[in-house]
Amino acid sequence: MLLWWWMLGASVIVFLGAVGMLGLAWFRRRSAGLPIFGEREDINQRLVLLFGIGIPTVVLTVLFAVSNIYLIGQTAPPAVASTSMTIDVIAHQWWWEVRYPGTQAVTANEIHIPITTRVNVVGTTADVIHDLWVPQLARKIDLVPGRKNRVLMYASRSGTYGGQCAEFCGFQHAHMGLRVVAQSPAAFRSWLTSMAAPATSSTGAGAQAGRQLFMSAQCASCHQIRGTSARATVGPDLTHVASRSTLAAAEIPNDPAHLAAWISNPQAIKPGDRMPDLGLSRTQVNEIVAYLDSLH
Amino acid sequence: MATVVSPRAERHVDRLERIWAERPGLIGWLTTTDHKRIGLLYFFTSLAFFGAGGVEALLIRTQLIGPNQHLLSPQAYDEVFTMHGVTMIFLFVIPMTTGAFGNYLVPLMIGSRDMAFPRMNALSYWIFLGSGLFMYYALVSGHAPNSGWFDYVPLASKQYDPGNNIDFYGYGLIFNGIASTAAAINFIVTIFKLRAPGMSLNRMPLFCYAFLAVSFALLFALPALSVACLFLELDRQLGFHFYDAGFGGDPLLWQNLFWIFGHPEVYIIILPAFGIATSIIPTFVHRRMVWFPLVALAEIMVAFLGFGVWVHHMFAVGFATLTTVYFAAASLIIVIPSGIQLFAWITTILTGTPEFETPLLWIIGFIIFFIIGGLSGITVAAIPFDQQVTDSYYIVAHFHFVIFGAAVFPILGGMYYWFPKVTGRMYHEGVGKLSFYLTFVGTFVTFFPMHILGIMGMPRRVYTYPSGMGWTFLNLLQSIGAYVLTAGLVLIVANLVVSYFRGEPAGNDPFGGDTLEWSTTSPPPPYNYPVIPTISSAYAMWDKEDRERDNRRLDRGEGLIQLGHETPASTVQDAEYDEILAMPPHSPWPPVTALSLLGMFAMLLLHHYAIAAGFVVVGLLMLFAWHDKEVSV
Repeated sequence: MLLWWWMLGASVIVFLGAVGMLGLAWFRRRSAGLPIFGEREDINQRLVLLFGIGIPTVVLTVLFAVSNIYLIGQTAPPAVASTSMTIDVIAHQWWWEVRYPGTQAVTANEIHIPITTRVNVVGTTADVIHDLWVPQLARKIDLVPGRKNRVLMYASRSGTYGGQCAEFCGFQHAHMGLRVVAQSPAAFRSWLTSMAAPATSSTGAGAQAGRQLFMSAQCASCHQIRGTSARATVGPDLTHVASRSTLAAAEIPNDPAHLAAWISNPQAIKPGDRMPDLGLSRTQVNEIVAYLDSLH
Repeated sequence: MATVVSPRAERHVDRLERIWAERPGLIGWLTTTDHKRIGLLYFFTSLAFFGAGGVEALLIRTQLIGPNQHLLSPQAYDEVFTMHGVTMIFLFVIPMTTGAFGNYLVPLMIGSRDMAFPRMNALSYWIFLGSGLFMYYALVSGHAPNSGWFDYVPLASKQYDPGNNIDFYGYGLIFNGIASTAAAINFIVTIFKLRAPGMSLNRMPLFCYAFLAVSFALLFALPALSVACLFLELDRQLGFHFYDAGFGGDPLLWQNLFWIFGHPEVYIIILPAFGIATSIIPTFVHRRMVWFPLVALAEIMVAFLGFGVWVHHMFAVGFATLTTVYFAAASLIIVIPSGIQLFAWITTILTGTPEFETPLLWIIGFIIFFIIGGLSGITVAAIPFDQQVTDSYYIVAHFHFVIFGAAVFPILGGMYYWFPKVTGRMYHEGVGKLSFYLTFVGTFVTFFPMHILGIMGMPRRVYTYPSGMGWTFLNLLQSIGAYVLTAGLVLIVANLVVSYFRGEPAGNDPFGGDTLEWSTTSPPPPYNYPVIPTISSAYAMWDKEDRERDNRRLDRGEGLIQLGHETPASTVQDAEYDEILAMPPHSPWPPVTALSLLGMFAMLLLHHYAIAAGFVVVGLLMLFAWHDKEVSV
């Protein structure tokens, strides 16, 4: 963001210059005309020419050349075949669906990418306009119905990068975050393999009861858990939900207490969210939590 | 009236008073066609909406005073920030500038006795009032528009917003647009045809150039918005698919139409401010504007170029690079005419002998904020930078500096400047200065930190934000700034209200003003000027000989035009005397026509299409009555 510091520097100079002229006007409030030149209308006009037309033309031409001709290449969608992998991001009110074409892997609100790899992200939306924004890794890109927008995502160092929806998309626009986990190519490959596999659930009694409840209660009418009878795609895929670090579009950490609070009363955490209050008892919630927490 | 110097002159004036007498009382206000009374109606109505929009702003700032606040639910927050935008743009700034300032001052400045179409002028006001009440009924009844003032589809489509919130927006803005269109036509004809004979275009005050440019911009920009809203309602009510990607429509059609209107709109908002600045500066620095013709051209260039930049609101939607680069270049070019005006103001102040009285202080504040807003505007024309900061608080900072700092400050300064002319009394100078400093500091503290928040990544239009992002302190600071700003604004109103009752008598020309309105009494008589003024430059009040000549003409009874309710028309360019126009007097039909339109839109909203058609018929019948009573003296 060297561009920003240059623009800020130039702006400060222009601002101080203009305010300086006003300050000079205050000091000379009792004498007409310019210092040195006196009352010369042609000099006044030349000042307007110089500051109003001359200098702006030069500065703006430079800014235009640097930002919109030279730097802009970095924000263009990646050229076809210049990337070695593609990720589909599908925005929903108010969460992110992430798919890895060529594999079975589907996850939500958490994009894993290998480092030092040019990744072609294809962004679409399932409902209204959203905007995918991970400030440290890529530009903003709107996700518009009827369009497939592509953007290059590239991480040189491993780590977790925050992101969020940047286009107003309704009640829970404020809470539509996501995480990008950049990891070594080897770690990424093993993560992808485990994501692509169907669910493996522990055999604990609580988890078994939770599983039955999940399939018979309303949960399965919105969520998918691959390898079970839950195949709906309205809400996030939960096949490996326990492996994610956050819940509810990066709104709350993924631990049993928060998960239980979310399932008992999602509207208290995200008012207006699409997930309804299900009216489950505390025992039922705990059973479902036990089941979901076993889905690594 | 100019100083009445003889019994003969008094007789002439008496006759004019009789011809131009307004009806007394409430009926007088309801049926008035006097541009000054209509201007005042616009003023008080838009000021009331400014208050409502201000309360909404305070609700927003109170909600954001700290992280995870729940003063407003997300549903309520969405309604409040949408109504804040809609109110400030459509119900405050436009009616305040064109409606109040333009209506009151343009005819006075050009030496006319009224606007070209006085009844249509009244109709504009009543339609504006109707559309404002229509949209505010939505807020009161809990169905306010909630998809932002930009109202992007498909979030605003029936599928994702099934209530009638958005219909209040769609119909309300079509309704409101009728008022602005009528007003724009009225200004263009008035400025072109009703200038006092002798006021050729090169002798017309810069204020009027600004309003001419604004009127043309409104006339060409509004159809895009009206069409966009019409398509929206067809989609929502009758199942059309203009914006529906699933059926071959395109949600970006809305964005294109909206911003084809929306960016010229920005200049529609700010050009009157330029006009006010070019009125106040010469008066208080005691010299003419530097390079008058270039400034006039620059005003017109800004309005013209404003039509070629709309895609810079859409740099993130995924257009081809070439498209975005074109619009970035067009956006940068606008800096040039803006820069010309900016440095013309600064050079004028620098080379004059400025008296830093209250009105000029507001203009200094305006210049400082316009520079800040302009510079941040230049940075977002660098597309790679915009693609990071768009839809963040950086943009909120940018346009509040431009719209509040640069467009509203001259309005506030203008309220002080013309207060003596409108009321005949002086405001309190000390309190006036205090109100300026409070508002200036409040504005800076409220909006400047938003630049930093935006760069730190805080998105716009969020009803709350998490703690631990480093945003908390700056948000708290901004909310405090908003309260300081409010205190400043309240102080202005208090100053003007108290001064109205207690102020010193102002006389005709307390400041040594430069334009014609200072030659008549304060407040001006219904006919504005007893003699049609003599004009030989754009600074008519500084041509002392002309003004003395007008007094002698009044004495002799020359140039009175006192045979009826009349004003002279002149040719467009050179303002040679053309003909005498009979001006219609008061009429009950403008408010009644506006009422039938209100009924029509209310019935459309409720899906009673037959009754809505009935209201249309009533409205059309009104047109027969429109000319029922012509001038009779």
